[in-house]
Amino acid sequence: MAESETVDIAVIGAGPAGVAAACHGAEKGSRVVVFDEGPTPGGQIWRHRPTRVPPAARIWLDRLRDSGARVRAESSVFDVVRHGDGWAVSAENAPTTIAHRIIIATGARELLLPFPGWTLPNVFSAGGLQALVKSGFDVAGKTVVVAGSGALLLPVAATLTRAGARVALVAEQASWRAVARFSSSLIRSPGKLADAARYRLAFAGTRYATGTWITEALGDGRVTSVECNDGRRIECDLVAVAFGLVPNTELAELLGCETGPAGVIVDHMQRTSVSGVLAAGEPCGIAGVDVALAEGSIAGLAAAATGDFEIERALSRTRETGRRIARAMTEAFGVRDEIRRLARADTVVCRCEDVCMSRFDSTWSAREAKLATRAGMGACQGRVCGPALAVLFGYSAQSVRSPLKPASLEALSSLEDE
Amino acid sequence: MPDLVHIRVDGRDLVVPADVSLAAALLNARIDAFRSSATGDSRGPVCGMGICFECRVRIDGVSHRRACTEPVRDGMEVFTLG
Repeated sequence: MAESETVDIAVIGAGPAGVAAACHGAEKGSRVVVFDEGPTPGGQIWRHRPTRVPPAARIWLDRLRDSGARVRAESSVFDVVRHGDGWAVSAENAPTTIAHRIIIATGARELLLPFPGWTLPNVFSAGGLQALVKSGFDVAGKTVVVAGSGALLLPVAATLTRAGARVALVAEQASWRAVARFSSSLIRSPGKLADAARYRLAFAGTRYATGTWITEALGDGRVTSVECNDGRRIECDLVAVAFGLVPNTELAELLGCETGPAGVIVDHMQRTSVSGVLAAGEPCGIAGVDVALAEGSIAGLAAAATGDFEIERALSRTRETGRRIARAMTEAFGVRDEIRRLARADTVVCRCEDVCMSRFDSTWSAREAKLATRAGMGACQGRVCGPALAVLFGYSAQSVRSPLKPASLEALSSLEDE
Repeated sequence: MPDLVHIRVDGRDLVVPADVSLAAALLNARIDAFRSSATGDSRGPVCGMGICFECRVRIDGVSHRRACTEPVRDGMEVFTLG
């Protein structure tokens, strides 16, 4: 093995859950290293240009800096294997890291579903366009249609409006009734209601249409308009569309952690079914930043502790409340059947390998689809089309193998012999 | 005002803020086709967070780099549609 570093805790992912875990672990005296693909810690919700740190992130990022935890940025983890009674973590731009405990804080990605024209340039995922704006994409003066489903559409529309874009429409596929039922369930969580109201005010001039979705994106070489199910055609420069979030459970699955329908299964100390491996935040089920911070804090403390300990009431209350809201949200924003039927025979489903809808006529599982059509064999390793095939055809995900992300030969050649 | 850096994209010189991602810099320069797909379609960034690999470009001689997770650096040489 080439050079290596030994630590007590390796945290994979530096979003809110990972940052909170790293802070708490390091503050308890553990040697902690936290890996992230991005150039700076913060993950998606705290993504920022180095000169513009959002206030909510500043407190935690300052705390992380002072905690003594080591941050490995631009460092994509592509393999984790057993090493004695600990783990060996392989990542780009980092020495092999031997860790006693692993905290999985790999966050979530968006659920993208195929519809005619969705592969045109300037059709982004909802959070994707938001992330690009946060990293410097100037959308001032551009006309944008925000569409899909879920609570993320509101902050995305708010970010775009604040950045000077004209949001022509926010199209939510869920029915008015479902959205109203979910909103009223928030009465017990005034903070969440206030968030929603604040976001809604930020794009007050825009129509938020429920029971509405894009049926086709049109344009020659790039998107120039969309058509909706109500027959309207809207001229636009950019489209931001996603149908909710999917937990990033690949690393947990690689390590053999038990997962359920919502994500990685953990106990009250955030411990997974595999000894020495903990998980926090979105990988355990989509629940947002407050839950991520609470679970990350608990995971960091648990990883640094030698046995059980008393979890602070406030932390466990935040976790339980957040998880309850998340369950209501999943119910409210379920994808309707019409969305599953949007892709036509010639609509690309697997974007890496350009596999069209008609190619799936004779497949019956993700594995069969992969073998017969190459769907899921491209650079994203099925991260986009995998969840889409699950929604469209009920195919369950493929088993996960190393490398978790495409890695350079140089990085792969430093892998320990197993 | 943030510092500026010089990058070269498909032979064209661009001066961009030092603290933006390469994907943002290209989009701001009205470049929205980053790569050519398996069947020759133009594709641009989608997820903005390193998941979808649609924003792959060639950076300083290395192919398949994700423009969305890559900060701009002074002197960076970029080729799209590789």
